[in-house]
Amino acid sequence: MQIRTLALVLATTTAAAFALPAYAQNAEPIKQRQELMEGNGKAAKLSGQMIKGEAEFDPVKAAEAFQAFHTTAEKMGTLFPEDSKTGEETEAAPAIWEKTEEFQAAVAKFEKDSATAIAADPQDIDAFKQSFAMVAENCKGCHEDFRIKKEK
Amino acid sequence: MLKRILTTVLVGVAVGVGGFYLLTMPDPLDAATLPPEQSGDAVRGERMFWAGGCASCHAPSKAEAAAKLELGGGDPLKTDFGTFHAPNISPHPTDGIGSWSLVDFANAMQRGVDRQGEHLYPAFPYSSYVKMKPDDVADLWAFLKTLPPVAGRPPPSDLAFPFNIRRGIGLWKRFFLDDAAPVLDLGENASDAARAGQYLVEGPGHCGQCHTPRGLGGAGGLDTDAWLTGAPNPEGKGRIPDITPSKDGIGSWSASDIVYYLESGFTPDFDSVGGAMVAVQENIARLPATDREAIAAYLKALPAVEGAGK
Repeated sequence: MQIRTLALVLATTTAAAFALPAYAQNAEPIKQRQELMEGNGKAAKLSGQMIKGEAEFDPVKAAEAFQAFHTTAEKMGTLFPEDSKTGEETEAAPAIWEKTEEFQAAVAKFEKDSATAIAADPQDIDAFKQSFAMVAENCKGCHEDFRIKKEK
Repeated sequence: MLKRILTTVLVGVAVGVGGFYLLTMPDPLDAATLPPEQSGDAVRGERMFWAGGCASCHAPSKAEAAAKLELGGGDPLKTDFGTFHAPNISPHPTDGIGSWSLVDFANAMQRGVDRQGEHLYPAFPYSSYVKMKPDDVADLWAFLKTLPPVAGRPPPSDLAFPFNIRRGIGLWKRFFLDDAAPVLDLGENASDAARAGQYLVEGPGHCGQCHTPRGLGGAGGLDTDAWLTGAPNPEGKGRIPDITPSKDGIGSWSASDIVYYLESGFTPDFDSVGGAMVAVQENIARLPATDREAIAAYLKALPAVEGAGK
């Protein structure tokens, strides 16, 4: 009886030890990418207020917004390791890991477009609208295939 | 004894099959109620085309600009029932619907019956298109006929049993295919804009097909008590949001926020539209501004059903 119990305990513990890595999702990159996306949202909101005429156009703020987009684009590609598919209420779609090439291409386009906007350095609202429209295409472009909306 | 049982069984089967056959007969429109064959206006019809979202299912999903008008069939639509393949609806005479008449087209759009008298799967949202005015259907038909003919037929839909028994859709329609009456009663004091928006949303826009929960585990009709309160994503994971003015929905959005979103794809917090809604938003962005304002007025006029989005 005792040996059987011991064997059972050993078996369960060993099994659990193998099972554990499957449950320990890597929370760090998930949190980082969520923060970057929230930063994107703030930059987009600021830009949108200027475009809608709800806020004064400020070339410095415009440049900051494009910088925020660019920083996100630079880092995004590295924040989706295999063990970060679930947890932390991530809205990352499985397509990111199933269509890696397409995802990386989308990130690269975002990086390129935001760099172009930084270089253009718009000084008036009309030039800013053009640059922003070009960068903003990328939001939809990724979110169409690579984000799954969860319940709020 | 055996003969008796056998006879009873055979009679039972015959009655069952015969009954099924009768209950599932297609119910086409009365041709006399439709506008004459050539009466549609293609220019007006283009507005119905974008409102109805035809290209989003009947052209490949990544089609841009002119390619959106090549309606040779769309990307496969993978759902819990199996994979749907939207057919070629270009004016091609053999691979598309070039040889159809307006009556044939209206029957497909509003009764879910094709030219051969076969039922169409309700993944084609005829239960919303049934609410369109006959003149709008005629205009849309005129517009579709101006588009380029595309050769080639997509494969037939590949569905699990029992959904692959097409005739069975006749039963579904008996329960779940309504008539042209509006889904909701907005009341006497509703604005003209809200009524115009009601037509667009409940009819050609077919928004309820994704944004409203269904009975029977997703196979049934739309639960109109929970109209537009959100539903599971029919194409897989995640949720389609609640767009009523409740707390769980878009109650905090103003009408102009809704208009801006439909125009630009940005929410008031500048989150971006994503998933299947991208194509919808881009279609609605092509409509006249008054249409987006009407849609916003309707959405703001909806009853706010608290807690229904869960």
